[in-house]
Amino acid sequence: MHKEFLMGNAAIARGAAAAGLNVISGYPGTPSTEVLETTAKINNGSIYVEWSVNEKAALELGAGAAYCGARSMVTMKQVGLNVASDPLMSLAYIGVKGGMVIMVADDPGPISSQTEQDTRHFAAFSKLPCFDPSSVQEAYDMIQEAFEYSEKYHTPVLFRPTTRVCHGYASIEVKDENECLKNTPEGFIRDPSKWVIFPRLSYNAHISIEKRNAGLSDVFSEYSRNRIIPAADAGCRRGIASHGISFTYVQEALADKKAPKVLKVSTPFPFPEKLAVEFLNGLDEVLCIEELDPVIERELTYVCGKYHLSTKIFGKLTGNVRNAGENTCDSVAADIADFMGWEKKAAAELPAAPELPVRPPVLCAGCPHRASFYAVKQAMKGKKSVFCGDIGCYTLGNAMPLDMVDTCLCMGAGVNITQGIGKIEPDTSCFAFVGDSTFFASAITGAINAVYNQADMTLVVLDNSTTAMTGHQPHPGTGKTMMGQVVDKVNIEAVLRGIGLKTVETVNPLELDKAVETVKRVADEKGVKAIIFKSPCAVLIKPEKPFAVDSDKCIGCKKCINSLGCPGIIISDGSVRIDESLCTGCGLCSQVCPVNAIGGERNE
Amino acid sequence: MNKNILLCGVGGQGIVLTSKLTASCAMEKGMQVMSAETIGMAQKGGSVFSFLRIGDGIYSPMFGQKQADIIIAFEPAEAVRMLPYLRDGGTVIVNTRPIMPVTAALKASDYNGAEMLDYLRKYTDNVMTVDGDKVCRELGSPKVLNMVMLGKAIRSGILPFTIDDAVEAMKRNVKPQFVELNEKALRHDV
Ligand code: SF4
Ligand code: SF4
Repeated sequence: MHKEFLMGNAAIARGAAAAGLNVISGYPGTPSTEVLETTAKINNGSIYVEWSVNEKAALELGAGAAYCGARSMVTMKQVGLNVASDPLMSLAYIGVKGGMVIMVADDPGPISSQTEQDTRHFAAFSKLPCFDPSSVQEAYDMIQEAFEYSEKYHTPVLFRPTTRVCHGYASIEVKDENECLKNTPEGFIRDPSKWVIFPRLSYNAHISIEKRNAGLSDVFSEYSRNRIIPAADAGCRRGIASHGISFTYVQEALADKKAPKVLKVSTPFPFPEKLAVEFLNGLDEVLCIEELDPVIERELTYVCGKYHLSTKIFGKLTGNVRNAGENTCDSVAADIADFMGWEKKAAAELPAAPELPVRPPVLCAGCPHRASFYAVKQAMKGKKSVFCGDIGCYTLGNAMPLDMVDTCLCMGAGVNITQGIGKIEPDTSCFAFVGDSTFFASAITGAINAVYNQADMTLVVLDNSTTAMTGHQPHPGTGKTMMGQVVDKVNIEAVLRGIGLKTVETVNPLELDKAVETVKRVADEKGVKAIIFKSPCAVLIKPEKPFAVDSDKCIGCKKCINSLGCPGIIISDGSVRIDESLCTGCGLCSQVCPVNAIGGERNE
Repeated sequence: MNKNILLCGVGGQGIVLTSKLTASCAMEKGMQVMSAETIGMAQKGGSVFSFLRIGDGIYSPMFGQKQADIIIAFEPAEAVRMLPYLRDGGTVIVNTRPIMPVTAALKASDYNGAEMLDYLRKYTDNVMTVDGDKVCRELGSPKVLNMVMLGKAIRSGILPFTIDDAVEAMKRNVKPQFVELNEKALRHDV
């Protein structure tokens, strides 16, 4: 053992590697992405690592590997599990041979997600065991135990950290190389009665799953990470139940207090019922401190009913804990103080601050998406149109002054939503914007649907040759894999032509006039057609020489600012200026300026 | 001896690296470290922070209001935003150069940071300023502001290590070609 300072996600990757990981697959999504990236970084070639096209593909690949006796891990964010839920539900019946951990990161807040869904429900729904780590060290240790349980019970298991565990850092105890396990897969052994799902098999499997889970509930009651911390004050008849990162907030809140009895739940499913009964014994009231949904609260309420206990259970359902958003040290301390009848810690009392600048996230300076949105906006000015957006950096095209995102729902949805709008409003020009990674992940079926069902729409692919939002992962269009191979790129234009689109135009959005002219022409055509705006992500290319505003020519109309909103253009001392530390020299603003005042060295 | 440190500023100012170096210094001294920071969408020009905790008996990587021993703020308004986390008698080290958000440019607001600095001086006991623009001009690079800020924080005596410790930590975390400039920035007394 030795100490290292690791991010939670890196600890999960390192723990999995220490458990003899053979295969890891996933789809990027905050806050889960760094698990797979870390594995790729520490890989000595013994682990197969891939970014799959989407979560469903990743999970199925991981299952196949585990059928062979490999230890496999699949990584995704919570909404990714929605995409992978089809194989998940069936795989629960089939089971695995090698240990298989499905790592799904939840995002209370939500900080960077569409939903505040709670993967602990998915565990109960799919009947799969679920592990819920509360710290970076515990994540490292627990992922190894999760592999053990998975292999022992021949079932995939869910491992569900939340953002603050994934992205928290801590100095933790890590195994030395010689303490790590190696796993040699036995290989696939043909047995259709085991690997081919049929109603009869599912019926039998259902019976044994229920039996297994009842047994696991007892096993988990003995599992050392589910535990009761005795009260400091033996006479106290109140208790607190918690889990995950919130458990550490509870520890902080109780550190200098006469603490009540505490229950830490690390396996929300199957719920450690016996341990819960032991905890409830002698308590009049229990407060459940949870993030996302009141899972523990409902379980304890159920246990009270089942065992005729008179303990009152409080939490989100009773309005004692907020039911949306993430917990904080302060919110948990306040909830506990209320419950215990303790004096609340005074909040910071500061006089009203001057108005603080708001800093919503914006597209980077020089981002080609800005040019694409602006070109479509110009081309469609005065025409009835709808702009359906999607998930990625380009969702930020919604911000002023671009204001070019009318809808955004989930990965790949925009291409179908725009078809639905078109069926009801045939006189509207329907657009769907989709990034290259999202295109491969889940927009191709939507495009085929449009072709088959005779939609009238323009598909705009914003191709910046990367998965930018999550930190620049490769995808099928980039020609690079996580194993470091250079492979043939999947060509978006060829895909679209292959499914039957007649018009597919590729343009550089930073050539503004040409881009606007292309959009006008293509939008006027009937049927399904596509424009591919191709220009690399500004973060990945070496910036060109910055532009500058010629103060003699500038008439101060601020058209550049009011139409583009590039963070590189600022006002200082009343005049428009370009911040050369931000400007990438993309040249977009110089094409917008009505008096040709922007150029600097490059125009001379 | 426990220390709660809060770094804050705007995406792209090098806050995450500063936090890493501070953690690395503490690790070398055998201390427990935990930290938590903004990652993801908010990094694009948004407010970013990093909570850093050093010492024993810490459970959570984040801490509550009025618990920071020191706030190292890379931007004046961000210092004000995070001020509720400063403990009574805590110290604020702040870069005086304001960063205008795009929204301010759109509304042509005249945010210039001065009122933020006044507020900090008025309502906290220990404010130390760094003229980031000037320092970066002196050092010939806008990229070393984070090292200058860290150097200042160490010289304030609140962090439990020396400039030499930080230089060593920097060498472990930074590409060789940037070591010289970063060392100069760490040692640059402002
Ligand atoms: S050239 Fe203009 S639009 Fe492009 S990055 Fe520079 S300031 Fe922004
Ligand atoms: S990361 Fe790339 S794609 Fe995303 S906003 Fe910045 S320049 Fe645009």
